[in-house]
Amino acid sequence: MKRVQFSSPYLPYLFLLPQMTVVFIFFYWPSVQAIQSSFYLEDPFGFGATFVGFDNYLEAFKSSHYQQIARFTVVFTILVTVFSLSIGLLLATTADTVIRGSGPYKTLLICVYAIAPPVAGLIGMMFFDQHIGPFVTMAAWFGWDMKVGIDYVDTAFAMIVVAVWKQIPYNFIFFLSGLQGIPVSVREAAAIDNRSRLGRFRTVTLPLLAPTAFFLLIINMTYSLFDTFGIIDVIVKDKAANNPITLVYKVYMDGFRGNDIGGSAAQSVILMLIVLLLTVFQFRFIERRVHYN
Amino acid sequence: MIRNILAASLLLSTSAHAFATDITWWHGMGGKNQEVINQIAEKFNAAQDACSLTPVSKGTYEEALAAGIAAFRSGEQPNILQVFDAGAATIINANGAAIPAEDLITQAGYEFDRESFIEGVRYFYADADGKFVGMPFNSSAPIMYINTAALEKAGVEAPKTWEEFETIAPALKEAGYIPLVQSQLTWEFTENFFSRNNLQFASNNNGYDSVQGTTLNVTAPEHVMMYEKLKDWYDNGYFGYFGAGWSDNQKPFEEDKVALWIGSSGSFGGLQSSAQMPFSATFLPYWDSIEGAGTNSFIGGAALFAMSGKSDEENKCSADFFQFLTSAEIQYFYHQSTGYVAITKAAYELAKEDGYYEEKPIAEVGIQQLSLPGGEWSKGYRMGFYPQIREVMEREYNRIFAGETTVEDAMKTIEEEGNALLARFAKTAG
Repeated sequence: MKRVQFSSPYLPYLFLLPQMTVVFIFFYWPSVQAIQSSFYLEDPFGFGATFVGFDNYLEAFKSSHYQQIARFTVVFTILVTVFSLSIGLLLATTADTVIRGSGPYKTLLICVYAIAPPVAGLIGMMFFDQHIGPFVTMAAWFGWDMKVGIDYVDTAFAMIVVAVWKQIPYNFIFFLSGLQGIPVSVREAAAIDNRSRLGRFRTVTLPLLAPTAFFLLIINMTYSLFDTFGIIDVIVKDKAANNPITLVYKVYMDGFRGNDIGGSAAQSVILMLIVLLLTVFQFRFIERRVHYN
Repeated sequence: MIRNILAASLLLSTSAHAFATDITWWHGMGGKNQEVINQIAEKFNAAQDACSLTPVSKGTYEEALAAGIAAFRSGEQPNILQVFDAGAATIINANGAAIPAEDLITQAGYEFDRESFIEGVRYFYADADGKFVGMPFNSSAPIMYINTAALEKAGVEAPKTWEEFETIAPALKEAGYIPLVQSQLTWEFTENFFSRNNLQFASNNNGYDSVQGTTLNVTAPEHVMMYEKLKDWYDNGYFGYFGAGWSDNQKPFEEDKVALWIGSSGSFGGLQSSAQMPFSATFLPYWDSIEGAGTNSFIGGAALFAMSGKSDEENKCSADFFQFLTSAEIQYFYHQSTGYVAITKAAYELAKEDGYYEEKPIAEVGIQQLSLPGGEWSKGYRMGFYPQIREVMEREYNRIFAGETTVEDAMKTIEEEGNALLARFAKTAG
């Protein structure tokens, strides 16, 4: 392959500049500010700040409520990622084999993705509403007295269902295009070698889908950690009370509603570190097993 | 062509406000209440030429406060900021963030008479000496709404005390209703439990005297008893609880499934169109067994704060607006269109003379409850990071009704975490 050469050594930097400026202004600068604030205890109106070292961090780690939120965030992230990935994959492999009427079928599956998270949250909340929710009525048939908003587990269930439902179409699109990228000749060869569909899926399709799956894994984890904010906000209806919330929602609650700038800055730094570690882990240990091409 | 239109529209917009000083008002109200705020601003702008007021909704109460704080830190604060009851300590304790309303008004050359305000609103947003820091705006009280048909069916009278409620609850349940539902435990059964029963809510004179060393009093045996009763009633089907959200709890009352509902005096406006049955209202019950109980309730709702760092001209306009807002006519208009209570005696008199309460007696319940004799502990409370303390309470109260904790333990947790938050706030203020 021919290497592309720039005429001037400065030119590439010039092209990078707009992107870097955006990254710097909207990511690095606020991050540095967050790190700085996390070491101070600050009056909300900014009249004075006292340096408190790692107190804000210690306070978060010591709080049993914070630990509980952290544990829920882990469970929530794993469940949402696993379910939305596996259901998306299942639907994609099935849709891939549909010959007649595949267009409308696929469109119906994809269009859910166009719904904004708060709207998804609202629709989901209607299904789980204590007074009018059809899911609550259905659960009652099986003797499940569902109390979303009061019972911790019931609310967590509703949250996970809505979050998964919202993310499936996204995974579906990527898996479907990944599947369609597998050459027909490879599939036919595999069909001759192995008659079992499941066996073929495991040994041929899945490895070839691995790059897509790895990309989706990262996207889905980030989705569960951050983008579900809107869904959670709608489900807890502005009053978190004893309902499950994720770490990012706690940052919002303490910072924007509680006006505790130092404390919420420390929490957001913790969150940043978690994401950093997760990304490093994913690229070092999982990506090694992924073969591109 | 386009240039001409542009020039013309520019001319128009400048001529309309040629000499007017622009002031802004950030608030946290939506829906009908936001429309009423816009109407008041229009009335103010039409009544004089010197000032032009623009109200801006910033979402909820919490969001309005957060937006105001963020704006203040970058020097972009509005002239007037609406701050809700629980957030009042945050702005009042930040010395220099707001100009006390009383100073603003006297500096603008007006007389300020504290006595012209009704008793119940005078202290909550004032400093320890009684000077008005915030100007009470939308003021409400937690009152009890009554499903009249339900009580008739059960053949009982509306309770004045919780003891009376206990005696009638079985009959209401028998009649097929949930006897009691509330909509915000923190406000109705904690804060106003302390005010209605005249009990001390927090040390340091409910937090008014100092931010240093203020501690909560939620483990008071009477308060623990209130929640043990609530839990007991819940287990027996005398009390319905649908989570910490307001509307989830209001809905069953509107749908005629509930006999008694503790809501806000400000809920009246909305209920008139949403309730499917006739209803009336009375005071929030208290405990007869507690000595000295039956005092007035804390004022709920929000107040307006004049932010500092503005020019004298703009401050004069803010003062003009406060004067306009507290005039009897505007107070009466606001009272009628929203259901919030009128905060001045003159406005209350005007509403009476006009025969408003003969037509709608429920509208008077809130103001009557706020005008009940005050006690030592019914003036108000002042605690920093209080919105976060409320969140701790909401969490623990939900856990009580979900059966995850006992009342004793919940109150201990609230006191522990609440006191830690108060100590933290004292550090930021110190």
